Amino acid sequence: MNVFDIIGPIMVGPSSSHTAGAVKIGYLSNKLMGEKIRSARIYLHGSFLTTGKGHGTDKAIIAGLLGMKPDDIRIPESFEVAEKAGLAFAFEGIELRDAHPNSVKLNLTGASGRELEIMASSMGGGNIKIFQIDGLDANFGGDLPTLIVHNQDRPGLVTEVTAMLSQKSINIATMQLYRSRRGGDAVMVLECDQEISKASISGLQSLDGIRKVTYLSLEESA
Amino acid sequence: MSFKALEEIVNITKKTDRPFWEVVLAEELSESQQTRAEALAKMENLYQAMKEADQNYDSLLKSPSRLVGGDGEKIARAIENGTMICGDFIGRVIAKAIKMGESNACMKRIVAAPTAGSCGVIPAVLLTYAEQNEIDEMRIIEALFVAAGIGEIIAHRAFIAGATGGCQAEIGSASAMAAGALAYLRDGDADTIVHAAALALKSLLGLACDPVAGLVEVPCVKRNVIGAVNALTSVDMALAGIRSQIPPDQVIDAMRLIGNAMPAALKETGEGGLAITPTGLAIAKGLKE
Repeated sequence: MNVFDIIGPIMVGPSSSHTAGAVKIGYLSNKLMGEKIRSARIYLHGSFLTTGKGHGTDKAIIAGLLGMKPDDIRIPESFEVAEKAGLAFAFEGIELRDAHPNSVKLNLTGASGRELEIMASSMGGGNIKIFQIDGLDANFGGDLPTLIVHNQDRPGLVTEVTAMLSQKSINIATMQLYRSRRGGDAVMVLECDQEISKASISGLQSLDGIRKVTYLSLEESA
Repeated sequence: MSFKALEEIVNITKKTDRPFWEVVLAEELSESQQTRAEALAKMENLYQAMKEADQNYDSLLKSPSRLVGGDGEKIARAIENGTMICGDFIGRVIAKAIKMGESNACMKRIVAAPTAGSCGVIPAVLLTYAEQNEIDEMRIIEALFVAAGIGEIIAHRAFIAGATGGCQAEIGSASAMAAGALAYLRDGDADTIVHAAALALKSLLGLACDPVAGLVEVPCVKRNVIGAVNALTSVDMALAGIRSQIPPDQVIDAMRLIGNAMPAALKETGEGGLAITPTGLAIAKGLKE
């Protein structure tokens, strides 16, 4: 945690974990989708389920999916904004195994039909953790540009991805590798110190053995 | 931040003769890509946001549950009428703490410090102190770095969320941070700063997070008052030379142990304490219907 995780964020109340953290989860999901979200099924777990309504957790997640940040004063009216923006959504309860009490699973569909499943927890103080993407483990907080590559578990793919980053002078801050089983689905999560260009992302997408590339850009316009 | 103990920060201030806040800021800069000027500007922005949130208080607002709203104004009136036992300064601290807590419950924009539920503690202490004394704005920004440094250590060694550590982790942490910041403004050295924080935290150890209907309203809004006032008394004790017999870092560790031992019912689930009193349950039931 840094200084501004402790003092801050500037946010719309009432709860840093149940409101601001929930907006951030929605906001990062929106960024990870990389296109307008058409529909969202949202599954609330634990304390998000039991006390979410009074904290505006539902409004907060929708606000984030619409691209609002935790200090946006339109958060209390996000359902109305969603209706105008053509975002269809539904909430349900769920029991996620061994998950943090403030957790949520999101099944999202983008304007182009792109699908994305995200599981995330709000860790307190407005900080969050995305712990699963499309069924595979991950562990990042969305504070750095983050590259998520789903690939086939075979030799050489990590080198291809890191070689591309090295060529673009992009420094890797953290790197995680997970797989479902040997030779099966694998995922690499790379948090970087610099932004990665769109061209480099689509370059990765065309590599043999790579199934899906998801990128979290922290640039405002992205 | 790579510091794992308040003691580390205190040792560096002694060795290098740099103030507490400078050590915290230097560590922040070493781990991020921001410049010194950017970090200072960011903190100034947070301070301005606290002031704006204080000024934007609307006594006519009610929270969605209608449990909260308008109490800050009652204290303001009592101060005007001269009926406050606590006197003018503490009276204003109380008023600001309640107002900020109420604004938060009413979905207004506030600054989490360290959390939204405890957002009234630090501004109540620092804004009131700044209003009543002639203080350069830069000094307040420095004091906020002191508060943040203390909060970082608490977050590292224990927790700052009610859901993981109970209310002690929110109001307790905020109170410790405010105490450290105010001790700095009163020219306390690093030792005094961390002991003011420790004395504040110690007095709130064990505080359960038992909000009625699970909302950040009852008792959260008024607990900001005890967090703020407790910071003042802790600073007076520390400046008078009183020390926490348990070293500050060990006080934080004690909070972690207590938080871990707390049942889930007392950690923001709305399933224990005040939340399950007959009245608490009736309110929750009424809200569902």
